[in-house]
Amino acid sequence: MTETPIPTGKLPPLLLLHPDDNILVARRDIAAGERVEIDGETFAVPHAVELGHKLARRDIAADARVLKYGAPIGSMKTAVARGEHVHMHNLKSDYIPSTTREPGGH
Amino acid sequence: MSVPASSPSIPMRGWLRKDGRKGIRNVVAVAYLVECAHHVSRMIVQKSSSDDVHLIGFPGCYPNKYALEMMKRLCTHPNVGAVLLVSLGCESFNREELRRHVHASGRPVDLLVIQQAGGTSKTLNAGLEAVKKMRAAIAGQQPVPMALDELVIGTVCGGSDGTSGITANPAVGRCFDWLIENDARCIFEETGELIGCERIMASRAITPELGREIEACVDKAANYYRIMGYGSFAPGNAEGGLTTLEEKSMGAYSKSGSSPISGLIKPGDIPPRGGLYLLDVVPDGEPRFGFPNISDNAEIVELIACGSHLILFTTGRGSVVGSAISPVIKVCANPDTYERMSEDMDVNAGRILQGAGLDDVGREIYELVQKLAAGEPSNSEALGHQEFILTYKQFEPIGPACLPAA
Repeated sequence: MTETPIPTGKLPPLLLLHPDDNILVARRDIAAGERVEIDGETFAVPHAVELGHKLARRDIAADARVLKYGAPIGSMKTAVARGEHVHMHNLKSDYIPSTTREPGGH
Repeated sequence: MSVPASSPSIPMRGWLRKDGRKGIRNVVAVAYLVECAHHVSRMIVQKSSSDDVHLIGFPGCYPNKYALEMMKRLCTHPNVGAVLLVSLGCESFNREELRRHVHASGRPVDLLVIQQAGGTSKTLNAGLEAVKKMRAAIAGQQPVPMALDELVIGTVCGGSDGTSGITANPAVGRCFDWLIENDARCIFEETGELIGCERIMASRAITPELGREIEACVDKAANYYRIMGYGSFAPGNAEGGLTTLEEKSMGAYSKSGSSPISGLIKPGDIPPRGGLYLLDVVPDGEPRFGFPNISDNAEIVELIACGSHLILFTTGRGSVVGSAISPVIKVCANPDTYERMSEDMDVNAGRILQGAGLDDVGREIYELVQKLAAGEPSNSEALGHQEFILTYKQFEPIGPACLPAA
């Protein structure tokens, strides 16, 4: 299998997938308090965020649409401040509600 | 976007069938026609001690047109060289119609009825003998050269997470674009997992009428899942960072790449020519038999019934499944999952998050498709994965707008 050499140097921990997006995606696990850059400003992340999870790029009001890949992925149940985790506790589907199970199993 | 120039030419080969299609594998399928014949069939497969004898079947005792059509397609799939049917005897499955259909395809076929054969051991012995004869009969068939425009490739995702839509899915999309440039037939699916993408998808259809059919079929899926009470969203999706069905959809959608959508097909419809096709897997009419697809392998089986020679399976959380009949390539989206489960993963697309290029990973998948068609096994094949599931469904035939002329 051909392995592409991975470029060295520091990769930003947050990904902006589309210029219209109001969320960013964690490229790796981010620790609580870690300083990251959001739109050129340095910002301390209030809670730990796992790889693949989302955080708010800017303050988002309750009922506002969340945009990822430039497309709506649901509406906020409550308002969030910039840098906060955007997930099941504050974002809901505009189509069919998502289901979860009891955490654990480790 | 053009096909990667650096890609070596890999000598693909296939077994030529009477209908003109070629198979990249030459397996014997042992098919149970009701759950009551499952154990005996499984014993025949196990005791045949060969990776080229695969178990498929339908568990229900009540008749179902969809199941019969699926079994006809699967038993005459180009990767299948011969078929042994195993019936209990009293079930309603139309075993004679299936037997005639396989026979007409030019394949060796045998039918064992447990109640007539005299029970478990006698059927097992007769089955082992039949498989041995079939394997000898097809062993002499020589494969012939095969080109990309003879390949059908399906894609599915399972155990998606927040990385799937950023790494593995768009990399498969890149591979799909290159395959389609070479006139391969590529199929993506699960309209229930494309809820929220209906308008963007419709705008890629080759005719406005096809676009309307695509929007209507996603509406059908949304309605169906609403009645069932759950969308296609698993707890593991949420643990991996996905929050809503439409977010998961947008990620899944990127597997389709950027080619125009040439048609909308249903399980068992074989794409007529090179291009990108959407497979509608949600039953027609009022919901009656349960969830459209109860697990990933149900989708894989439908892609195979549409003629898929191999399946590109993207996963973030980490799936281990393969399939009977057609090999499955595992494209792992999440670098942490890859590290934990690398034995099961054929491609590490998670390295995109660490700086690798989408094109590089896309090219790796594109080359792997050709290597599998040249005879290399995928990891799930080598590990003996041959999952299979087929349940009750009901479909109406596709309408005239679904497959516009080229």
